Amino acid sequence: MSGSAAVSATPVRPGAGRVLRQLMVRPRSAFALVVIVTMVAAAVLAPWIVPYDPNDQMFDGLSLEGAPLPPSAQFWLGTDLLGRDLFSRLILGTQTSLIIGLLANGIAVMLGAGVGITAGFLGGWVGGILMRFTDLMMAFPALLLAIVLAAIFKPSLLIVAVVIAMVNWVQMARVIYTETRSLAEREFISVQRAMGASTFRILRLHVLPHLLYSIIVFGTLGISTTVLLEATLSYLGVGVQPPTPSWGNIIYENQTYFANAPWLVFFPGLAIVLLALSFNLLGDVLRDALDPKLKGRH
Amino acid sequence: MWAYLVRRTGEALLILLGISLVTFVLLYLVPADPARQIAGRSATVETVANIRAQLGLDQPFHIQYVRYLGNLLQGDLGRSYLQRSEVAELIAARMPATLLLMAAAIVVELILGLTIGIVAALKRNTAVDQSLMVFSFVTISAPQFVVGILLLYVFAVRLHWFPIGGYGSFAHLVLPAITIGLLGTGWYSRMMRSSMIDVLAQDYVRTARAKGLGRLRIILRHVVPNAVLPIIAMIGIDIGLFMSGIVVVESVFGWPGIGQLAWQAIQRVDIPIIMGVTLVSACFIVLGNLVADLIAPLVDPRIKLK
Amino acid sequence: MTMKLMTSALAIGVALGLTSGAASAQDFTEAKQGGSMIVTYKDDVSTLDPAIGYDWQNWSMIKSLFDGLMDYEPGTTILKKDLAEDYTISDDGMTFTFKLRPGVKFHNGRELTAEDVKYSLDRVTNPETQSPGAGFFGSIEGYDAMASGEATSLSGVTVIDPYTVEIKLSRPDATFLHVMAINFSSIVPKEEVEKWGLDFGKHPVGSGAFKLSDWTLGQSLTFERNKDYWHTGVPKLDQITFEIGLEPIVALLRLQQGEADIPGDGIPPAKFLEVTADPAYKDLVIEGGQLHTGYITMNVLMPPFDNLKVRQAVNMAINKDRAVRIINGRAVPANQPLPPTMPGYAKDYEGYAFDPEAAKALLAEAGFPDGFETELYVYNTDPNPRLAQSFQQDLAAIGIKAEIRSLAQANVIAAGGEPDQAPMIWSGGMAWIADFPDPSNFYGPILGCDGAVQGGWNWSWYCNKDLDAAAVEADAMTDPAKAGEREQKWRDIFLKIMDDAPWVPVFNEQRFTMRSEKLGGPDAIFVDPVHVPVNYDYVYSNDVQ
Repeated sequence: MSGSAAVSATPVRPGAGRVLRQLMVRPRSAFALVVIVTMVAAAVLAPWIVPYDPNDQMFDGLSLEGAPLPPSAQFWLGTDLLGRDLFSRLILGTQTSLIIGLLANGIAVMLGAGVGITAGFLGGWVGGILMRFTDLMMAFPALLLAIVLAAIFKPSLLIVAVVIAMVNWVQMARVIYTETRSLAEREFISVQRAMGASTFRILRLHVLPHLLYSIIVFGTLGISTTVLLEATLSYLGVGVQPPTPSWGNIIYENQTYFANAPWLVFFPGLAIVLLALSFNLLGDVLRDALDPKLKGRH
Repeated sequence: MWAYLVRRTGEALLILLGISLVTFVLLYLVPADPARQIAGRSATVETVANIRAQLGLDQPFHIQYVRYLGNLLQGDLGRSYLQRSEVAELIAARMPATLLLMAAAIVVELILGLTIGIVAALKRNTAVDQSLMVFSFVTISAPQFVVGILLLYVFAVRLHWFPIGGYGSFAHLVLPAITIGLLGTGWYSRMMRSSMIDVLAQDYVRTARAKGLGRLRIILRHVVPNAVLPIIAMIGIDIGLFMSGIVVVESVFGWPGIGQLAWQAIQRVDIPIIMGVTLVSACFIVLGNLVADLIAPLVDPRIKLK
Repeated sequence: MTMKLMTSALAIGVALGLTSGAASAQDFTEAKQGGSMIVTYKDDVSTLDPAIGYDWQNWSMIKSLFDGLMDYEPGTTILKKDLAEDYTISDDGMTFTFKLRPGVKFHNGRELTAEDVKYSLDRVTNPETQSPGAGFFGSIEGYDAMASGEATSLSGVTVIDPYTVEIKLSRPDATFLHVMAINFSSIVPKEEVEKWGLDFGKHPVGSGAFKLSDWTLGQSLTFERNKDYWHTGVPKLDQITFEIGLEPIVALLRLQQGEADIPGDGIPPAKFLEVTADPAYKDLVIEGGQLHTGYITMNVLMPPFDNLKVRQAVNMAINKDRAVRIINGRAVPANQPLPPTMPGYAKDYEGYAFDPEAAKALLAEAGFPDGFETELYVYNTDPNPRLAQSFQQDLAAIGIKAEIRSLAQANVIAAGGEPDQAPMIWSGGMAWIADFPDPSNFYGPILGCDGAVQGGWNWSWYCNKDLDAAAVEADAMTDPAKAGEREQKWRDIFLKIMDDAPWVPVFNEQRFTMRSEKLGGPDAIFVDPVHVPVNYDYVYSNDVQ
């Protein structure tokens, strides 16, 4: 519980270099960075590094009775129920997870921050309505909402991302609202207002910089939530459409065989956990590094 | 206190009203035609139109919604389109299973979460603390369907310790309860850890130590009870997390609760059931939050109702 | 029955049933009564109201709780008299007079009479009942007035005396006796229906071999033997417990551990290879055919599927053998709409052979040398999305780029019922399975003009007026002596359809189920073609023999 943040017109800004150094030094975030960099590399380089065409239903990828093959020298992680190479599909699935993670989370962050700042800064009845709506969304059983939304639209990568964003923006909105609210009540903002600064100017110069850390921290943690929700929707069969592989739909397609072919659930499951864990660890360390108030708690 | 309660209840009702409206709009937009589903494949256009009229589905949206609300006020959630039973009856029949699962999950997360949090706080900044905290991160990063399927594979299929899904005995309860409880374990262990660290730093702990009281006694008698209070208040909020989790966990384990009911209804687009389960879940979440807010000042005098 | 797999077939039922069951055929009618069994299902039992129930779980349960005028010999598709002690058909085939068996009692103790028959038929055709089977009764005189709400009673059904009822038809209908055997024609007691109202489906009272003694929603149902059943010696078991909410794979493991006797949903694909290869279980596995065809529809109203050559090219492009392999060989490749065991099946028809090269050439001839883009709709439960991906790869090989739309069942059905929504649909999980073993049941709603309407089930929107006329003619041939001629007429109709190729028939599924060692009875009743999935009335327990 050491250190106290000085409240001033300009936020205390730990240098970007210092933060990055912290991230590399701490074992937790270093691990997270390694996983994330590897997965991003795998996603970008996918076309060149996959051992097989991820969508090719190979004749020798199934036993003669139609059963999937276990991991072997030929198929490192085995094959799925259609005789496709699991390793290649997992690599391509990295693309899906990351694209949805960034896209859905990007939309959620913008929406959440937008609503939070608007409500917090304007206050009054606009703020009231926006925050009551946020409360309403908080009370919605998120997964049910996502499933129903996914059922209404013809599913596609973009729709899945939008559906996830519609569910995930709420947390961000609450955090940003609270912070904006307390900022808006501070003296330096009133001074700026009295000096006739435009709302936009105040927001840009004095509010947003203060909020940046929260946005970064919750934005990072949000990727993890997004990856998990995408996997869950795809697992329920209402997410990413086949044959586009997603770690969730790989498990969905193959789960009936889990007792006989556990690798078809284990490897994609491991991939999901690793990616979600990495963004959680990264977000946590970022919070420590960026927000001195919480330092020392972990 | 009473004024606060009245205001919060009013807010909660408004939120539920909002949720009912949003859900109703969404389900109105679903392409499936309930009248067609009921009429069956050999029905004529006339028959379908007749059924549509009987269900009031030919009415404009706002009339349908107002009628739904009117029935809702009388406690009538309508009848399932495909099962033809009262939705309220279907939910009531499955509620005990869901409540049992939730209660068990709360026990799991409290036992695991608090233990991990206490140990980590006492072994602060050691390798034990580090690994426990990483574990807590793993539990919040693992999707429940993966945890559920893997638990089933290891403990039911391979080791035969527990039955492979189903309902009816304590043995059936263990794996699904752990699956749901693990998520909360992650949060609780981290909260318990920081809460313990706060309490350990308090003056009265130092005083007690100075008086020469044994370490274990201080921890059990003074530190843990004080540290655990803020966490108890969180249980209400957990309900929200559970409500999303049960859809997946109940279908993985074949647990006959409202999550399974909701999932079956979604697959068949049985709109009255989806409506009903959504509203009931939302009720739980709102109620859970309310209880959490009411308990908070009781356990931590620094928090005031506002 | 649309939701899941239904009815099985005469020839297979007989062939399979009798090869293994011939020896025990004697035992099973004389088997002693007593004992119990546990049957498992995954999905909830929705309703046991015979006017409404229309799915895999409740179909045979309803048959055990209720009786109709007609039924089928156990394990076969041979019609027999049930509540009707006798019946006569007028020379023009338009009037049926049924003589009821006297002394038959409902579970509430009251005797069943001709009034109940009339009441039950009035009820099922009344639009307020919202029966999905009302359309089956379209040939009864007065049906149209009922459907439009102008009448509350069928004018064609008359009670002559307490044990005699006469039914007049408005058009000749060769399938009418089959209609009197389907669940929707079950006889229900008016007083109980009125007492329970919309909840009659939860409190069913019939005259069948079993009565419902307990129903714990979402968990289990218990049936008890009806001791006053008119058919002495039936049923064999004292009690049946249905356990609900068990995944097929869980159900099978339970059976292997002796905790269940029949997996109602059959053997799950993942366990299929293991169980059939295991000598311990091989003899307990039972295979049966069913009147099912899995097919891909092509919407003939949506270009480019309005082009015959495109549809024929698609027919040649689909690798049916691989599709069969994906489901572990639990089906046989199909080349026409009718399944092989249905009367009217064309044995010598060769269909469109799998030939991607020729398909590509045909596609070029049709003006699409580079293929085109389209969508393939599919129900989102395993194995259907997997099969769709297999078809997708086949289509890609001839240049057609099909995007998969994997949706909830009701949404696929909704898309198929619009003229301009779904270019292609894979029928898996929603496929047509005959309600009764007659080729007419495979035509009207799914390939005739009647079904090619908004919200209809003819997802290819194929409508050929000449074939419609031929179908009416065929169904008017009520004279049993002309059965062969009628069959030939139907054969021609389905082959003409294949010339126009609105479907790709992919395969005919086989059913595979299992029983525990405790249960006895000929194999045929465990894969009963009509009492689907299992004819509960004739299963007996080895424990009490």
